[in-house]
Amino acid sequence: MIDWNPLLITFKLASITTILLLVISIPLSYWLANTRSKIKPVAETLVSMPLVLPPTVIGFYMLLALSPSNAFGNWLDEWLGLRLVFSFEGLVLGSLIYSLPFMVHPIQAGFANLSPSLKHASYVMGKSKFLTLTKVLLPNMKPSLITGIILAFAHTIGEFGVVLMIGGNLSGKTRVASIAIYDEVESLNYGAANTYSMILFGITFLILMMVYLINGGYFKKWNGND
Amino acid sequence: MEDISKNGMEMIEIQLKKKLKSSSGEMLLNVQASLEEGKFTTVYGKSGAGKSTLLMLLAGLLKPDEGFLSVAGQIWTDTVKRIHLPPQKRNIGYVFQEYALFPNMTVKENLLFALAKKQPKSIIDQLVEIIDLGQLQDRMPLTLSGGQKQRVALARALVSKPKLLLLDEPLSALDHEMRVKLQSYILEVHREFKLTTILISHDVSEIIRLSDHMIEMDHGKIIRKGDPASMFTNDRVNAKFQFTGEVIKMVKQDFIVIVTVLIGKDLVKVISNDKEAETLQIGDRVLIASKAFNPIIHKIS
Repeated sequence: MIDWNPLLITFKLASITTILLLVISIPLSYWLANTRSKIKPVAETLVSMPLVLPPTVIGFYMLLALSPSNAFGNWLDEWLGLRLVFSFEGLVLGSLIYSLPFMVHPIQAGFANLSPSLKHASYVMGKSKFLTLTKVLLPNMKPSLITGIILAFAHTIGEFGVVLMIGGNLSGKTRVASIAIYDEVESLNYGAANTYSMILFGITFLILMMVYLINGGYFKKWNGND
Repeated sequence: MEDISKNGMEMIEIQLKKKLKSSSGEMLLNVQASLEEGKFTTVYGKSGAGKSTLLMLLAGLLKPDEGFLSVAGQIWTDTVKRIHLPPQKRNIGYVFQEYALFPNMTVKENLLFALAKKQPKSIIDQLVEIIDLGQLQDRMPLTLSGGQKQRVALARALVSKPKLLLLDEPLSALDHEMRVKLQSYILEVHREFKLTTILISHDVSEIIRLSDHMIEMDHGKIIRKGDPASMFTNDRVNAKFQFTGEVIKMVKQDFIVIVTVLIGKDLVKVISNDKEAETLQIGDRVLIASKAFNPIIHKIS
């Protein structure tokens, strides 16, 4: 029988990361889709960096920055009592950065695809920007939101490099499924590695298929006007 | 500018400048006009002349580089005094070319959303009555035809009881029959709610039918203003009957040319001499006028 903890940690990590990313990405994507600021290209580049950068690079710099022997890590430790290296909280922070583009890109595209006259119509009716966002814009881009949520969740499940660098491999604390597989293979325990792998394979297949079904309009109800 | 309050007739005082970047390079929008309260004004001109931008500036959806805008004595924009009233506080009705109905709400919900805080709902029943939306209230916008959508958009623009109604080519995507019907609704609400209405339109018959006053724009500037009928006919005809239409076909027979003109949805054949016909081309907008003193009158139905 395999140890279920790595899978539980993986899904706990993916769920928390996805919820936090949604909260962060809605305002960030809204800003990116609407701004004409000169720093927009810089911000877009930073958001997209995790797509191409080896995860070990992100993990390495986070390890350096967050280590209590450095100024920032020390400050976090002393003032907030947060030790982010080799802890679950650190994994969440790493995952937020690592999966950010997967949440921001679909939502930004969703905002950009909405006709500006929807927003304008709401403003001339006297509605505030916040009310316009929550009652008019977001409800009309549900497929983009669902795509962002699913991709960010699935991508966090597949994380390996960042987690290994800043989380280490602490059983029951930071050992996620992808690392458990590596661990089992290293100790020639192919049976357990196969079980973990099959479970991840099946779940990611189902999750991604949902994206395509939703975007293909197979669930008509979810496409904005139910 | 100080005498706006004294002069009650001039409701809207416009002096707006904005640099625009378009596909044909940079253009300076520079509009000076004053519009009277309760009048129906049409803005006419080629696409890219800056008509929609002017409407967005009036609504506060865009900020001018410099200028002044006051409506009924209230200053909406004054770049010298750094005043820019946000669109939320201008209380205007705005109908967009692509309707802009909220797809996630039913027709009724679209109308309810437009209510101001604590505003009684009775206005919605009144608008549903005037614009015949009774049957459509529970439908989703995606299931409506173009004409139905635009009726809902018109009603929704009037929920907050605006004094100023801005219509950005609201009828251009509709077929002729629907246009004529919508024009009647627009005229009716214009009169019923004593609106000051500004319409953007390319359709000559529509402009003549609806508007009291017309402004022609080109390259960001007003090039002509005046009474629509006389602006389109250049004051040359003094006729009892006149219609505008489009030349569909021209057939030469000996010394005359039979010109087929589409007026509304009717085809009319008009005889023209070949000299006159030389100036015409298929697709031209033309005015058909008659000075007949003894027309035949038939009662319809």
